[in-house]
Amino acid sequence: MSSQSVVHKGYLSSLRSRLHLDFWTFGSLLIALIVLLPIFAVFYLAMFPTENIWPHLISTVLPGYIKNTLWLMLGVCIGTFIIGTGTAWLVTMCRFPGRRVFEWALLIPLAMPAYVVAYVYTDLLNFSGPVQSLLRETFGWRTPRDYWFPNIRSLGGAISMMVLVLYPYVYLLSRSAFLEQSATMLEASRTLGCSTWQSFLRVGLPIARPSIVVGVVLALMEALNDFGTVDYFAVRTLTAGIFNVWFHMRNLGGGAQIAVVLLIFIVALILIERFARRKKRYHSSTRSIAPPRIHLTGWKAVAAIIACSLPILLGLIIPGAQLVAYSIKFYEASISAGFLTYAKNSLILSATAAVVAVTLGLFLAYAGRLGKGPFLASCLRLVSLGYAVPGAVLAVGILYPFGYFDNLLDAIMFERFGISTGLLFSGSMFILIYAYVARFLALSYGTVEAGLTRIRPNLDGAARTLGRSPSGVLRDVHVPILRGSLGTAAILVFVDTMKELPATLILRPFNFNTLATHVYQYAKDEQIEIAALGSLTIVLVGLIPTILLSYTISQSRSGGKNT
Amino acid sequence: MKPLDTGLELKSIRHSFDNREILKGVSIGAQAGELVCLLGSSGSGKSTLLRLAAGLEPIQEGKITIGGSLVAEPGFQLPPEKRGVGLMFQDFALFPHISVIQNVMFGLRHLSTQDAQARAVRLLERVGMADYQKAYPHTLSGGQQQRVALARALAPEPRVMLLDEPFSGLDTTLRAQVREETAHVLRERGVATLLVTHDPEEAMAMADRIKILGADGRLRQSGTPDEVYFRPADTFVAGLFGPINRLSGYVEHGYVPTPLGRVPAPGHPDGAPVQILVRPEGLKIGVAGGVLVDLISVRQLGVTKEITLRPCDDEVGLCPMQELYKARILGPMHPVAEGKHRVAIDPDLAFVFPG
Repeated sequence: MSSQSVVHKGYLSSLRSRLHLDFWTFGSLLIALIVLLPIFAVFYLAMFPTENIWPHLISTVLPGYIKNTLWLMLGVCIGTFIIGTGTAWLVTMCRFPGRRVFEWALLIPLAMPAYVVAYVYTDLLNFSGPVQSLLRETFGWRTPRDYWFPNIRSLGGAISMMVLVLYPYVYLLSRSAFLEQSATMLEASRTLGCSTWQSFLRVGLPIARPSIVVGVVLALMEALNDFGTVDYFAVRTLTAGIFNVWFHMRNLGGGAQIAVVLLIFIVALILIERFARRKKRYHSSTRSIAPPRIHLTGWKAVAAIIACSLPILLGLIIPGAQLVAYSIKFYEASISAGFLTYAKNSLILSATAAVVAVTLGLFLAYAGRLGKGPFLASCLRLVSLGYAVPGAVLAVGILYPFGYFDNLLDAIMFERFGISTGLLFSGSMFILIYAYVARFLALSYGTVEAGLTRIRPNLDGAARTLGRSPSGVLRDVHVPILRGSLGTAAILVFVDTMKELPATLILRPFNFNTLATHVYQYAKDEQIEIAALGSLTIVLVGLIPTILLSYTISQSRSGGKNT
Repeated sequence: MKPLDTGLELKSIRHSFDNREILKGVSIGAQAGELVCLLGSSGSGKSTLLRLAAGLEPIQEGKITIGGSLVAEPGFQLPPEKRGVGLMFQDFALFPHISVIQNVMFGLRHLSTQDAQARAVRLLERVGMADYQKAYPHTLSGGQQQRVALARALAPEPRVMLLDEPFSGLDTTLRAQVREETAHVLRERGVATLLVTHDPEEAMAMADRIKILGADGRLRQSGTPDEVYFRPADTFVAGLFGPINRLSGYVEHGYVPTPLGRVPAPGHPDGAPVQILVRPEGLKIGVAGGVLVDLISVRQLGVTKEITLRPCDDEVGLCPMQELYKARILGPMHPVAEGKHRVAIDPDLAFVFPG
């Protein structure tokens, strides 16, 4: 081989290998942009609104939105903390009848969307509902003036609904934190003169604190994302405010400005979460012997059983039973109200979103594994933030750029060819899929990435030296090994897409309904019984990942053996 | 140096991680059919050198050729799948989701399924694993996994084989046997092999040539196992092969007086401070005219005896607290009892370096 051809070959290959490097980085950048575009758009809209109503917002509605949001957060924070850590402590540290069932069952209310629970409880607890009717019959009251009954459609009601379905986040994280604590630590505190209760307060709780904080932060992010509940209860939080300003005041810029305020709350939560996670590393011990359990008997055991049953009863069984009853009774009416069409729509959207999100998530996770420098790493970090952005904020940020693009395209096409393309993207399912992928990509990426890190890096090296290109390694080694993780990721995205309400409401094409928007619409028209079948379907699908998670918990070391 | 047109050659390799240079101009190569060991302590960049040769790590400085053609230099990087290099890992890196035979066939996509299968079976027979074709890697023992990994790496008939501590996962009894078999298979196939290890015994047992990489990222010595053992280039190399006695002194008329007797120091000027390293088997016990020592303990270690001794001050036999030295002798031949004996240093196993 002449030296010139070596040089030539070297140059070509170097160019190719550089392009090759860039393929993964470039792809990751594009995917990161999918997530970032809406956020940029929101900021752009907020900074340069067509009609600036910021001063007006500040002097009128914004303080109220912020106040309500803060109260909501405070309530959800306290509620999920008490229920979540309380039940977690009972099932990890105590022994009482039914403990093993509670250990996994306490997680199940997570499958309930807050808005579905809200609709059911309103139906049960309003003036004409069974509870108040029963009270009136029993005590002979006639009008609302004769007695006092808490109004469910209030801030307090919204907090209660969210606590009922969000406490499992805190339960999950504090439970594993309690399990991680070595038995000797608690025993040491006992020998140093602390009672069981004091040991919990002075040792157990402080050590678990970072995990508990992470759990509460996750619950709060979900609470900020919620639209269905606060809308139904007319609690004017920031999320409800986005809809209000946009749809009722017809001011997109104002909506974006409120979205930015909401994002500030989110960023604060993310920072708290990051901080807590960093602390967690110092706190958690690698050793984990199942802690000694305190044997509860008599009234203490009864109290523990009641404490653990109540959340499940209120968060799952009562609303679930009501939905089942309505679904059976109003089956015909539900079907004729278009249930099958909406179910089909939900299925198609969720499946598509799941496939796209998992594919992109796999791409990102593998690009991260190939490890091409700090630029890629920051792309990946940005993608993980997508999950924190509330659906309503995302929707505002998506509709604007795509609407703009559609109008531009339509104008150009009409001018040049006399064809009207109409709302090519913003009026189609594309934009919905886009929103779901942008929001849930973090979920699939995280799941796939966790699976990938369990694959030893030497397998990549072995496959490369045996003749596979990087994508060949992905196809022949990682994908087959990762089947389980990919399936889990797909299920998670599928379920969350199915439940998603705010972004779907904003972005859906005209007259297009999913199960979630269908339920929303009928609930709004006080016809929850017709929408019960739809709600039940959402809940049942949501049960899949929750049950998978519960199963892992019941199989885990401490749950399995130590009773 | 004339370029190796039949094997692997790495030339003047420099490599840094996070601004810390771990390889400082290392050159190493292996001819077809030759087995070269790179011996160095952990963290000395040995594995990085292998990853560079395989193409799993982008080259920063230097040049790598395989069979005479360039595969890597700064700005040019032939991807690993194009290099025709076999690589065996410390953890064997068998694919857990496919069976043994599918593992071996993994690198044979260019062949028809039948041919690939036939070759895989032949290789599994060669390494004595033909009965386990359908088994999955996690059901195999460490030694069996090692043999499958060898068959898998050999299947595409690579010109170059890289072994990254491939025996350290095996228990001692198995290790020697698997080592010998592996070396045999590789030589028989005329593969140019580069093996990295931190185990001097392994290097001695397997290598045609040994290269010793210092913790500073430079090559300290290169030679046959005999050369590095009997003519170490410096104190670092001398100290690599097991415990060694360290003495120091000044040259007087071509000799260095030490508490264990005189050691010839050819080539060292009179009056120069020197360090002397004496291998345990270089202390001869029971030599008339030797130095009087007290054998404090005699321990039987398999076929050899390890003896701890302490020089005595004078002929009277007063032995004050002094530094202790180790001697090693073949056990059964020399029944030795604790107590006073005379010893002398074997100059062939005593190495004098400027101190």
